[in-house]
Amino acid sequence: MTPSGRYGEFGGQYVPETLMPAVHELERAWEEAQRDPDFQAELRRLHRDFIGRPTPLTDARRLAEAVGLRRVLLKREDLAHTGAHKINNAVGQALLAVRMGKKRIVAETGAGQHGVAAATACALLGLECIVYMGAVDIRRQAPNVFRMKLLGADVREVVSGSQTLKDAVNEAIRDWVTNVRATYYMLGSAIGPHPYPAIVRELQTVIGVEARAQTLALLGRLPDVVSACIGGGSNAIGIFAPFIADTGVALRGVEAGGEGVATGRHAASIGAGQIGVLHGTRTYVLQDGDGQIAEAHSISAGLDYPGVGPEHAMLAQTGRARYVSVTDSEALEGFRLLARTEGIIPALESAHAIADLRALARAHGAQSEVLLCLSGRGDKDLDTVIAAAEHVPGAD
Amino acid sequence: MTVAAPTGLERIARAFARAREERRLAVVIYLTVGYPDRASTAGLLRAALDGGADLLELGVPFSDPLADGATVQRASEVALAGGTSLRDCLAEARGLMAEYDAPVIFMGYLNPFLRYGLTAFARDAASAGAVGVIVPDLPAEESADLDAALASVGLTRIDLYASTTPEDRLARLVPRSRGFVYCVSVTGVTGARAALAEDVGAFVARVRVHTALPIAVGFGISRPDQVASLRDVADGVVVGSAAIDVVTNAPRSEGQRALREFVASLVAAGRR
Ligand SMILES: Cc1ncc(COP(=O)(O)O)c(C=O)c1O
Repeated sequence: MTPSGRYGEFGGQYVPETLMPAVHELERAWEEAQRDPDFQAELRRLHRDFIGRPTPLTDARRLAEAVGLRRVLLKREDLAHTGAHKINNAVGQALLAVRMGKKRIVAETGAGQHGVAAATACALLGLECIVYMGAVDIRRQAPNVFRMKLLGADVREVVSGSQTLKDAVNEAIRDWVTNVRATYYMLGSAIGPHPYPAIVRELQTVIGVEARAQTLALLGRLPDVVSACIGGGSNAIGIFAPFIADTGVALRGVEAGGEGVATGRHAASIGAGQIGVLHGTRTYVLQDGDGQIAEAHSISAGLDYPGVGPEHAMLAQTGRARYVSVTDSEALEGFRLLARTEGIIPALESAHAIADLRALARAHGAQSEVLLCLSGRGDKDLDTVIAAAEHVPGAD
Repeated sequence: MTVAAPTGLERIARAFARAREERRLAVVIYLTVGYPDRASTAGLLRAALDGGADLLELGVPFSDPLADGATVQRASEVALAGGTSLRDCLAEARGLMAEYDAPVIFMGYLNPFLRYGLTAFARDAASAGAVGVIVPDLPAEESADLDAALASVGLTRIDLYASTTPEDRLARLVPRSRGFVYCVSVTGVTGARAALAEDVGAFVARVRVHTALPIAVGFGISRPDQVASLRDVADGVVVGSAAIDVVTNAPRSEGQRALREFVASLVAAGRR
């Protein structure tokens, strides 16, 4: 990354002038926090005592056998407090907000996982929390809406546009523009204007740092492939980051193929998008021929976003990482597969990475040892999976 | 003997100079192209000019207008549902150019311009007779490509400045402005407001130190009395959401008349 937040031709700071001082203030505060041993110590303490880090690495033998791979190691972010990796970012940014003297937090959420994480971190640190959530997502992620409210957050329904994650981001940014002096915008993925992709990457890198050490301890060597699902790309960049310099390790991101990339109803921004600017960053974006942002489609609310973090755009363009997609129905199979082989019910987001393992085995060989980021647990998705089962004959 | 056609910058300067000679604020009207439908846009733009608007901003609808409030969001959704594209906006500008000499500026988010191609857009905007473009999600730091494309055809990008813009940033950027300087009068998104921010006067004064260009104030201005309150503060006002609201609230057949009268009331309120 360059000082101005460029990842090759991607990234940047495409925000209204009103927000430019705010993103500059955030850059400065973040640089200072990173250099401050007290901040780092407090973050480490909360990782351990609040989030429950380090999360385990599970050697998933029955899964590996089922998909035809030598080994699959699951990095268990589903066991982090609140049930997904999103808490790593939320706690870190909440500490940063406190440091900046901001007491009002706004956040967007898709699956509700980042909203829950934000509400949790705000409750912990005594901050006001406002979460914008698309009306469609509010319907399909009802348990998380209830959790956010229990945690004291003000959940605001967004009825504009596609009523999903991208519209929730728009609304959160509008709130931030309006209340910029006293408000901290807690963005939930490695997207948005610089310095957000850098902040979120850094706060999620704990996943990869732990997993790398755990893998070395278990195997005495690095994995052949590191795999993760891609919404905005935060769990993926978090687990990829410490391996980027290890050129012998393949990186594999799994996007949401929705009803199939050929149908146009999907969320595969890298696989089927074009370079554009969305939410302050230059990246691959799903869009039509007029440059209007297309609606993303995925059974998984957390992947239902028509853009992707700029660092992934660069990793895709340079070929350092490879991005593939799996469909909704494949993800549902992955969901059931992990439940039955390992006794772990994954988030539908993470189920995309599980569902890709057979294709991964074909691409990299049956001898491959794979490290996979299990980004979250699936309790929030039970309604969606039950509803889908009713439409799929033979699925139970 | 032929006289060279005035450049875009000259036309902007003339529009503000004429208002100044008439001892009034220049009035800039923003309308979303394609709202309430494609067919009525041309008539509404003409109604705004017939009401006395000095400059027009043609809003290019975008799916994700994150600097806009509810009115422009809705207008954009309606315009897009009607199939309005950047090409249509260029065509509207071309049609106006044939009849009026008021400067036309495109206002829109970056991605549709990128998709069209910045060079192609600049060329087509120039040939349509437009004078410039305002891109609310393109701060000066990111504007080099667009600026180069515009400069090669004599068009300009109008910068926005906000009351949150710090002193050193104003000192660095405002002297580079061309055409006029657009001061955002509220911290927030577009949309009619009951009251303007109290510090508008102080903010405009801070900007004025760095430029001899005319200064227009926009975002939130909705009523003649608010325009009147800016008579000794600014050189012009930009009114968008309130103009769209006037169109929305009038019966279809009355939209042009209502808009013309509204604009005329803004022009009158700006007389010193
Ligand atoms: C469990 C889980 N995994 C993955 C994601 C996708 O986000 P990202 O790509 O930023 O990791 C989400 C988003 O809500 C999520 O809840």
